[in-house]
Amino acid sequence: MDLQRMTIARAAAAMAKGELSSRELVTAYLNAVAEKDVKVNAFLKTDAEKLLALADASDARRKAGNALSEWDGIPIGIKDCIVVEGETCSCASKLLENVVSPYDSTAVARLKKLGFIPFGRLNMDEFAMGSSCENSAFKKTANPWDITRVPGGSSGGSAAAVAARMVTAALGSDTGGSIRQPASFCGIVGVKPTYGRVPRYGLVAFASSLDQIGPMTNSVEDAAIILDAICGKDPADSTSLDVPAPKLLDAVRNTDTTTLKGVKIGLPQEYLNAPGLSEDVRKALDSALEKLKSLGAELVEVSLPHTKYAVAVYYIIATAEASANLARFDGIRYGARKEAGDLVQSYFASRGAGFGDEVKRRILLGTYVLSSGYYDAYYLRAQKVRTLIRQDFDNAFKQCDVLLTPVTPATAFKFGEKSDPLQMYLSDIFTIALNLSGNCGMSVPYTLDSGGMPIGLQVIAPALAEERLLSFGRVLEANAEKPEFIPDI
Amino acid sequence: MASPENNKLDVAYVAQLARLELDPGSVAALQRDMEAIVDYINELSELDVSGIQPTAHAMEQTNVWREDISRPGYAREQMLANAPAIIEEELIRVPQVLPGEGMS
Repeated sequence: MDLQRMTIARAAAAMAKGELSSRELVTAYLNAVAEKDVKVNAFLKTDAEKLLALADASDARRKAGNALSEWDGIPIGIKDCIVVEGETCSCASKLLENVVSPYDSTAVARLKKLGFIPFGRLNMDEFAMGSSCENSAFKKTANPWDITRVPGGSSGGSAAAVAARMVTAALGSDTGGSIRQPASFCGIVGVKPTYGRVPRYGLVAFASSLDQIGPMTNSVEDAAIILDAICGKDPADSTSLDVPAPKLLDAVRNTDTTTLKGVKIGLPQEYLNAPGLSEDVRKALDSALEKLKSLGAELVEVSLPHTKYAVAVYYIIATAEASANLARFDGIRYGARKEAGDLVQSYFASRGAGFGDEVKRRILLGTYVLSSGYYDAYYLRAQKVRTLIRQDFDNAFKQCDVLLTPVTPATAFKFGEKSDPLQMYLSDIFTIALNLSGNCGMSVPYTLDSGGMPIGLQVIAPALAEERLLSFGRVLEANAEKPEFIPDI
Repeated sequence: MASPENNKLDVAYVAQLARLELDPGSVAALQRDMEAIVDYINELSELDVSGIQPTAHAMEQTNVWREDISRPGYAREQMLANAPAIIEEELIRVPQVLPGEGMS
């Protein structure tokens, strides 16, 4: 079995031919975790006994001709803020360290229904607040391409595990780039779907108007397989959209990767001229544009004039929503309690002891921008600028089919390199705007920088245009400067 | 309305609003971090936003209704399994709520 080149599609094909069992696949990944995760630290938990039992059950179904789908028996890693029945869900926070979920998130329930096996709990920045995984209360996940560097965040555990081939694919969540940025840093594919495409039921809320669950995979085809499974209206999430399901796997498999005739690629000038854009990332983008042009694509300069305000708008809206969402964590009904005097004093003590520094910073900022006298000046104003940012995208998409941009200004940085919180926030400049606008976007690995670290490129499509997004992503993948992204770990 | 320019953020006060105990040794550093961040977000004040409708959700939806039908909930022991302190296997024990005599 070639685990280094394993994908969901390849595993399914091998299982269908009887060349691979779920037990063999799960065992191979458990061995990979035992061997590599001492260096990578992507997993908070894996339960080998339970996973092997699930694999055996899958093999028995398939043998009896009752496989739940062609994907039955394939493991998929789960970010620690997405609940799985009977498993802990800590959000990498001390406050929720031992909390066991009594139910499945809708995304996980839909994957299970097709036979996918939830495989382990993946590390993240605490409550998904961070861009490096350094804010986990439990461990620092390393980048499999260079273990002195961060994997990105907040879905850093998911990205590192998929890149290091410790699991076939994973679910992440993206509030301001938390799928796309670590995907780019680790050389894998990561998709942030249109807001409302994937139900948020069972995703621990960070910023409810921005959060989306999405796939993190080693191929665009695999991302399509997972999205096809998890998209669609859910009565348990009133913000999930009641729209026809896209047929993404068909779209990806039917994509002709040799031509982009008639496709207009928009290049947002504000992104290309952003301060801090590294030479290597710029060169990768230029190389991709050259290549895509040779396939017949037309390049169009577009403008997203409110780009410079996106980070400020994001850190007002996201923290305001977070301060409200995280108010529920008080150590009373579940989670770690620190008793101190009366009930209210215990709230203070439990929250003070349970939350890490970055979570505290964001709760404070969110509380401040919502506090009496400041609401209009910050929160309401940010919501109005959010409208302008949405309109920027609407106008850009009148001139082109997709946008192509960097994912991050530079490749993965070293541990401790960005110790100033504001500096960390500013590195999200290319990813956060589409959480504000609701558009879909993805990171596709393209090449390596001069130091051997992966560079992904971001494709952005209009809301609900996932078929276009993934088809274009597939063409980019097939024409990438580097044919495959396998770290030597 | 207070304007952000002439009002300083007081971390200790905001922490009270957020019911968040701060380690006294960390307040000065937090105050510095927060001031830098607030300075940065204040750049929004240079934009003219008059007449612009606010966006609360990227994909606006209003009044999502469903029938009010009772459904089975979770077993009590399952929910209590996550509680930090329980009484007689069926109640969550909480610290004293009202001032006065202690309860048994």
